[in-house]
Amino acid sequence: MASSGGSPPAVEVTDLVKRYPGCTTAAVDGLSFTVAPGEIFGLLGPNGAGKSTTIGILTTRLRASAGRALVGGIDVVGDPVAARAQLAVVPQHNNLDRSLTPRQNLLYHAAYHGVGRAVRNARADALLDRFGLTDRADKRIEAYSGGMVQRLMIARALIHEPAVLFLDEPTNGLDPQSRRLIWSRIREMRGRGVTVVLTTHQMNAAAALVDRVGIVDHGRLLTLDTPGNLVKGLAGRSILDLTVTPAALDEPDELLRALSEVSGVRKSERLAAAAPPGAVAAKLRSGLGLGGGSGFGAGAPAALTALTALARERAVATLAPDPGGRERVRIRLHLAADPAAVLGPALTVLTTRLATLTDVHIAEPSLEDVFIGLTGRDPR
Amino acid sequence: MTDLDTPPVAAMSTTATPARPSTHRVFLAILRRDLLVTAKELWVILVQVGLTPLFMLFVFVKVLGGQGIVARNFADLFLPGIIALAALTTALQSVALPLVKEFGFTREIEDRLLAPLSTNLVAVGKLVVAMLRGLIAAALIYPLGALMVGSAPWQPGRLPMVLLTVLLGGWIGGGIGMTLAMILPIQRINITFSLVVTPIIWTGCIHYPWPRLSSMPWFQTVTALNPMTYVSEGVRGAMLPDVAHIPAWVCLLVLTGVAALVTVTSVRSFSRRAVQ
Ligand SMILES: Nc1ncnc2c1ncn2[C@@H]1O[C@H](COP(=O)(O)OP(=O)(O)OP(=O)(O)O)[C@@H](O)[C@H]1O
Ligand SMILES: [Mg+2]
Repeated sequence: MASSGGSPPAVEVTDLVKRYPGCTTAAVDGLSFTVAPGEIFGLLGPNGAGKSTTIGILTTRLRASAGRALVGGIDVVGDPVAARAQLAVVPQHNNLDRSLTPRQNLLYHAAYHGVGRAVRNARADALLDRFGLTDRADKRIEAYSGGMVQRLMIARALIHEPAVLFLDEPTNGLDPQSRRLIWSRIREMRGRGVTVVLTTHQMNAAAALVDRVGIVDHGRLLTLDTPGNLVKGLAGRSILDLTVTPAALDEPDELLRALSEVSGVRKSERLAAAAPPGAVAAKLRSGLGLGGGSGFGAGAPAALTALTALARERAVATLAPDPGGRERVRIRLHLAADPAAVLGPALTVLTTRLATLTDVHIAEPSLEDVFIGLTGRDPR
Repeated sequence: MTDLDTPPVAAMSTTATPARPSTHRVFLAILRRDLLVTAKELWVILVQVGLTPLFMLFVFVKVLGGQGIVARNFADLFLPGIIALAALTTALQSVALPLVKEFGFTREIEDRLLAPLSTNLVAVGKLVVAMLRGLIAAALIYPLGALMVGSAPWQPGRLPMVLLTVLLGGWIGGGIGMTLAMILPIQRINITFSLVVTPIIWTGCIHYPWPRLSSMPWFQTVTALNPMTYVSEGVRGAMLPDVAHIPAWVCLLVLTGVAALVTVTSVRSFSRRAVQ
């Protein structure tokens, strides 16, 4: 068990199996993991991997076919009623009570969990405020947008102050504003000592938020570690893309060979199309650039700041406007070392060969690469 | 009230595990939710239960009775039957239709299923509410029906028997409704409802006292198998003691037995559906 201080795990799953009636394959197939108290644990996996099924069992809504599942030290099969007092869940679908107003959804949920009247009124007011729903608290649920529904469901889950909170794709289909709000509320859970188990398909957000991730596919655990360690496993997978215009007398292939001899470069290749001609200054971006606008990308790694400074330093020689005439070449360097350590020498090569650099793009391996590497590229 | 004076983020102690609330407290909270919804829907109940019986009364009593096609005293026989019918069918509908919806696409029931309460008791709560809705329906139909018929048989001493029969009828209706809603596939709910509810109405001695069926022994036997018969006869016997009827104790005995049976089947099918 990874938990410190010898306290029992908040969630403990052992050889869990779930076979839906009439299905030949198991939706959850021998899953085992533990979550320490106060930990934020991410359960990642492709569609149909069995994440929701696992959460369904842990929240007593589904009956396990085999194996054991404890929440807050309580067996969810043996004593589901006591287990329910420990937990709250935000499901993947909207299951708000349509017969009640949003505020009543919070108040009745609290009452179902034995929270007294004065306390639940105060908490409902506070939660409606924190989730930006105060002025819509007494409207009809049907008039709620997806983001409001999701915020209300999270507020509902928090009102009885559970020890363990399960979130099944809490930011699915939400705009960046709502996503940020929800991620920041989840981060607050850590300060309150609430254990959080969440599933998501937003890898960047997950990597920034969770303490550990388990990646599941076909109901089985493929790997379980901190996001940092998982990404470290892909070290030497960074990519440096350069768009250059070789000097008039230089051959692109010669330039390529020279760059591949820079220490830390594992492999170099020429890419097909040239970058758009408007690119004058070097662009430095982090991540794979797969549109992962998670709200966390804003905090760029320290290495990147250093790179920007470095590039600016050399800009006199290399980052000149495209002289025209010569054709641009896009070169991809697969790195075995930290991109920061390679960029300098690579720029030196370009400078000595009088090549003009028009675009730089660094792609470091991310959790998504780990995920794709483990679960394959085919959609489910 | 630490919650009121400390900021919400820091308010929670981080070590304590949530206490488990008492069973009756949770049960009452869930019951209160259904009562709130019932209160909001009172007019729906009125339309749901009131319309058919009142039209029946109107046609049989005013139209046919007024023309002498049906005997005048038929109205008196019919009113107790209508009250019994309202109790049972209202309870049946008011548990079945919402359950189909709540377990179906809205999944609204989940929040209550996740309350720290045995799933069986969530089902029992539904039956209690169904029974109360049956009682409300019966209480609403009595003055309306009496107004239409033009006479209101009133035996204050027999009120407990009427109440007991109506409550048992409501409980049974709720149990039947819950069982159907839980075991039938959604696509077949409508057809099965007609298949079950229609015979319950027409073989339930709503329009006629059971002893009068002696001239048709086979039909008398069929009606004896319908719990509705004992609700009708129980209410009729209490309101019109002079009309021949099945003895009260037989009605109560049969209804209690049936109530116990449908409690078991409905609660079991509910729990099986709730935790799959
Ligand atoms: N009620 C059900 N009956 C039968 N099979 C089901 C049922 N619910 C889920 N499954 C199957 O179980 C498997 C796991 O489903 P589950 O919903 O747990 O996946 P998931 O990881 O949550 O996927 P997603 O990311 O799409 O939400 C899938 O193959 C799915 O088809
Ligand atoms: Mg899912």
